[in-house]
Amino acid sequence: MTLKKTLMTGALSAVFATSALAGELVINSNQSDPAPKAAWAEIIAQFEAENPDITVKVNEYDHEGYKSAIRNWLVTSPPDIVYWFAGNRMKYFVDRGLFDDVSDVWEDNGLSDTFASTKASMSVDGKQYGVPYTFYQWGMYYNKDIFDEYGLSEPETWEEFIEVCETLKANGVTPITIGTKYLWTAAGWFDYLNLRTNGLDYHIDLMDGKIPYTDEGVRKTFANWQQLVDGGYFLENHASYSWQEAQAPLFNGEAAMYLMGNFLTPNLPEDINFDFFQFPQIDPSIGMFEDAPTDTVHIPARAKNKEDARRFLAFIAEKAQQEKVNEVLLQLPTNSDAQPADDKFLNQGSAMLAAADGTAQFYDRDTDPAMASEGMKGFQEFMVNPDRLDRILTNLERVRQRVFR
Amino acid sequence: MQKNYTQTWSQRAVPWLFMAPALALFLVYVILPIIQSISMSFYQWDGIGDKVFIGFQNYVDLYYDPQFWTSLWNNILWLLFFMLAVPFGLGIALFLNQQVLGIRAVKSLFFFPFVISQVIVGIVFAWFYDPGYGLLQDILALFGAGPLPVLADEALVTYGIIAAGLWPQVAYTMILFLTGLNNLSPEQIEAARMDGAKGWTMLWHVILPQLRPATFIAIVVTIIGALRSFDLVASMTSGGPYGSSSVLAYFMYEQAIFNYRMGYGAAIATVLFLIMLVYIAFFLWRMLQQER
Repeated sequence: MTLKKTLMTGALSAVFATSALAGELVINSNQSDPAPKAAWAEIIAQFEAENPDITVKVNEYDHEGYKSAIRNWLVTSPPDIVYWFAGNRMKYFVDRGLFDDVSDVWEDNGLSDTFASTKASMSVDGKQYGVPYTFYQWGMYYNKDIFDEYGLSEPETWEEFIEVCETLKANGVTPITIGTKYLWTAAGWFDYLNLRTNGLDYHIDLMDGKIPYTDEGVRKTFANWQQLVDGGYFLENHASYSWQEAQAPLFNGEAAMYLMGNFLTPNLPEDINFDFFQFPQIDPSIGMFEDAPTDTVHIPARAKNKEDARRFLAFIAEKAQQEKVNEVLLQLPTNSDAQPADDKFLNQGSAMLAAADGTAQFYDRDTDPAMASEGMKGFQEFMVNPDRLDRILTNLERVRQRVFR
Repeated sequence: MQKNYTQTWSQRAVPWLFMAPALALFLVYVILPIIQSISMSFYQWDGIGDKVFIGFQNYVDLYYDPQFWTSLWNNILWLLFFMLAVPFGLGIALFLNQQVLGIRAVKSLFFFPFVISQVIVGIVFAWFYDPGYGLLQDILALFGAGPLPVLADEALVTYGIIAAGLWPQVAYTMILFLTGLNNLSPEQIEAARMDGAKGWTMLWHVILPQLRPATFIAIVVTIIGALRSFDLVASMTSGGPYGSSSVLAYFMYEQAIFNYRMGYGAAIATVLFLIMLVYIAFFLWRMLQQER
């Protein structure tokens, strides 16, 4: 075969490839870890089997790279489906007209009933802009063997919690493990302390930039936090570790508790008895609000194949698909008809979230990205140098005024 | 007369014609982006929405941003301590500049850190410093010192990263000096020896003056390396803890890519550009002088 001929066939097949695009659905995915990747491959194969006129093409990205790359596609030539996050992260793109209004998908499939718990986080001005496929609880994962050894039980109030920390520390166990190298783990603590101290409405107003960081309420939250820092309850040198590295002390029995999302549980070793408790109550007059980050799929406003994309959205909202993917992720399905996998932590999590007075997404999903990155730096600095609180809050207030001006 | 005029005209035009491709590329890929960045620094822009003209507001914000001053100070630390690469490189080059069996293998081993990627260097050093299992802690334990979390300590972190950066940079300057040492004039050394020069006198008055071109290049690449220090900061600490190891290049990247503040990032880039301009001007001035 001559070179010319090769080029010709190449060009011809390229022509055919473009003509085949009519029924092609392009999905850009951040589900690149081995287990979710396999689960999604299965779901997509099922979708193709049920819709023989559609061929699906999946492009996979790593989590961090995805977050910056998506901004480029959405304004240039987007795929037909993107994975993303609910709440303020979604609203950011909706405000800029980059996500398609999919209220029709919600209406046609009766999602308002089955997705009642996540509908608010998917809505902007009463219209829905995507379909969620999973959410998960945050809370305290702890080593039950250590608790039993020192006769401790799950604390329900702040005083009990402090007492548990004291007992553990007196016995040479690090009460709380944490790795703040990548900052967001400290934001988990801020979220819970602020939700328990000031409640959800205050928290959301703070996230929306309506309350100054130098406010008395924020100071109260930090005063509670300071009690833990001054007590020396957190893992030493936590700024050196990632969240994964901070698991080690928990798994070898040097530390007892870890405030984390449920994605921790697949890593828990078999030979230790781990359990879960809800973040303790601080102020009895404040409801029990939880962080429940929700992951979603959306149709970009400039997608080429919106019709098939809508079929895909409806498909993954189905009970069967929600169960399948969440069984692998070990998280909670957003469709209320779907059953979560029978797992000790998921059962507790779904009961806790069902009883919650309200939910937030997570600090870096609820507030503006520029505010989030400065805020989380401030949290980390506070955990290392609590005496700098005034300076940190003044700086965060300066950032807030700039970001939300 | 007419013919003469055409000739001089074409004589003048031909060099420009030959330079045109290079000039065009330089214009499109260097000059225009610089102008674009500088003009972007007067806008507030998140990368996808509308650009809003805000005048010098980004520069005013920079002035009041403690992170900017931390990053600038770290850049100065980088400039100062990265210079150690020059004497270290010279020392190793002098040490390796001998005819012994297998010296080539030894030289290539010393050159090795420069060949591997900066990101790998960063990860290796991050492990070395790790307070849990790092080699550094074992060494400190020999002297009875407790674990020292270099990368989590705001006072030590920048020095820790600079030390990691010196490892490949010393290898680079070493190679520059080694090639310089190969070109020494044997007659001059012989003559100096006849006059009784040896040791430090020989090094200072005979060898070093001949190494001046190599030294100049070594200083220039080290300055540029210090100002560009980005990969190590990104791979070892991401600017942490709480921004205390950030440098201007990383600060710019963080603001533009993670915080979606393109205009602010452009303003940081402009400041960095002005700092670099001082060195570039010095470099060009020297080059022109030498050519004369």
